[in-house]
Amino acid sequence: MDKLLAILNELHEDVDFTAETALIDDGILDSLDIVSIVTEVYSEFDVRIPPEEIVPENFNSAQALWELISRLDEA
Amino acid sequence: MLFTSYEFLAFLAIVLALYYILPKKTQWAVLLAASYAFYALSGIEYLAFIAVTTITSFAAARLMGRVSDGEKRYLEGRGEELSKEEKKAYKAKKKKRRFLILCLALALNFGILAVLKYTAFAVVNVNSLLHTFGAETTLTVPSLILPLGISFYTFQTMGYLIDVYWAKAEAQKNIFKLALFTSFFPQLIQGPISRFSDLAPQLFGEHKFERKNVTYGLQRILWGYFKKLVIADRVLIAVNAAAESPENFGGVYVFLLIILYSVQIYADFTGGIDITIGIAEAMGIRLAENFNRPFSSRSTKEYWNRWHITMGSWFNDYVFNPVSVCRPMLAISKKSRKWFGKKVGKRIPVYLATVITWFLTGLWHGAGWNFIVWGLLNALVIIVSQELEPLYSRFRKRFPRLCASWGYGAFASIRTFLLMGLIRSLDVYRNVPLTFKMWGSIFTKFNLPELLSGGISALGLGLADYIIIVCGCIIMFAVSSLGKERSVRDRLYNRPVLSWCLCGALFVAVILFGAYSVGYDASQFIYNQF
Repeated sequence: MDKLLAILNELHEDVDFTAETALIDDGILDSLDIVSIVTEVYSEFDVRIPPEEIVPENFNSAQALWELISRLDEA
Repeated sequence: MLFTSYEFLAFLAIVLALYYILPKKTQWAVLLAASYAFYALSGIEYLAFIAVTTITSFAAARLMGRVSDGEKRYLEGRGEELSKEEKKAYKAKKKKRRFLILCLALALNFGILAVLKYTAFAVVNVNSLLHTFGAETTLTVPSLILPLGISFYTFQTMGYLIDVYWAKAEAQKNIFKLALFTSFFPQLIQGPISRFSDLAPQLFGEHKFERKNVTYGLQRILWGYFKKLVIADRVLIAVNAAAESPENFGGVYVFLLIILYSVQIYADFTGGIDITIGIAEAMGIRLAENFNRPFSSRSTKEYWNRWHITMGSWFNDYVFNPVSVCRPMLAISKKSRKWFGKKVGKRIPVYLATVITWFLTGLWHGAGWNFIVWGLLNALVIIVSQELEPLYSRFRKRFPRLCASWGYGAFASIRTFLLMGLIRSLDVYRNVPLTFKMWGSIFTKFNLPELLSGGISALGLGLADYIIIVCGCIIMFAVSSLGKERSVRDRLYNRPVLSWCLCGALFVAVILFGAYSVGYDASQFIYNQF
């Protein structure tokens, strides 16, 4: 989780990713940010997030994103 | 059949009457019959194309659904006997089969679109290349028919197929219901591009007559006609005059043209969408909104989240995301990080996907270099804005009060409006070198006194026309601003007298000031041609 928070903080250092739960709904992350996150996750965790998983519920919070990575890693 | 024709109004009245008079369980069948009748009246030869898209999409979705069902049954029955690796391999095998079916269907349908829409453009360019290299051969440029709304219905139906592949939508079991989703007549020719999961349950559901839905729908239709006939079709005259004689209308006229064409396309496209959404609303069906006050956007990125929203979200979900996270792109990402360092390397796949997406968005709009350059310029502006973001961020931190002020917001909105208008003017001249030349003339021949001393009337509009356009723009701005918190129709719903007076005034304005008196002709909507 710390690695993931570091990736997110690098994108938006002024956002508290441990507390935010509406990153997409509130427009904090846009489509360019999401692609950056997906490529970073692939690079750091060797987990590929497929396009069908790029939905607001999976990116609205760091916790939701972490759960997605864990689920894809296990599958 | 144009939305602005009397035939269409008669057609709509008959459809609405049948829709509510006949049993509710037949409502979807009424809509299907109406949609095919509407399409046949627009060109009977078009029916074959939309039928092919419907049949192939139905078959592909059913086949993918069958593969998924078989996979589910197999794993439920033998799941415990298989190891994790065996399950993974089995799932991958089935996914590959679904992917193959999807690719075949996409290739066929996008292939039809590509052949009909882009063959002539490709041949012209091949001929031009042949001449450049001295060849004397000239290929014949074919003249193919382009079915009305083919870009819209192809994209909407292919979106459905991809959703079935991604298991976000169930394969429709009734081909006639899928035919309705593909051909729903209000949105067939200019969108909005709907998603199956949003639209299908509404299309196939039963809707009882509700006065509020019908009232709201008719009010929105009337508002759409006002924008289209009073504003867009009037501005069209000046835009055409300036575009047809660029040698006479350089400099300040180009600047004026950028503003006028922005007004025209806004009134035309949002007016058309208002009519579409209004018709659906009168039937109790809510279509996705396609605009959200786009000209108040403070940046290009924001503008594209507010203008033609359903097209933007289609390209984002079905092109930008899949392209940017596909395996080759992730491999490029890894390599570019290695070669250029993390900071630069991580941007490359994002920007590459942005360029590809905007290239295709331009191509979707039409077969012409002006559309391709339009798309690529949008990509360039988005990428440059992204690169400058740290600078903007520092500026916002350094001057927080200034950036929060009304004046700065207005400056940012006007800047975005003009920048988008400048790029959009490629659509007016339809010639890339000429457009660039005309842009240059803004800086070299900006002769404002010529315009003010009567030159403005050379564009074919009189003082009364300009007054109507300005008043129309003020009304559009007021309605848009009032609707920010709560829609104007909601505000008027409990004030029937005021509501009737305003609708009456709007109706009279459409009759009196609609651009269809002597010398005028109700024009086709701009987005019909895409």
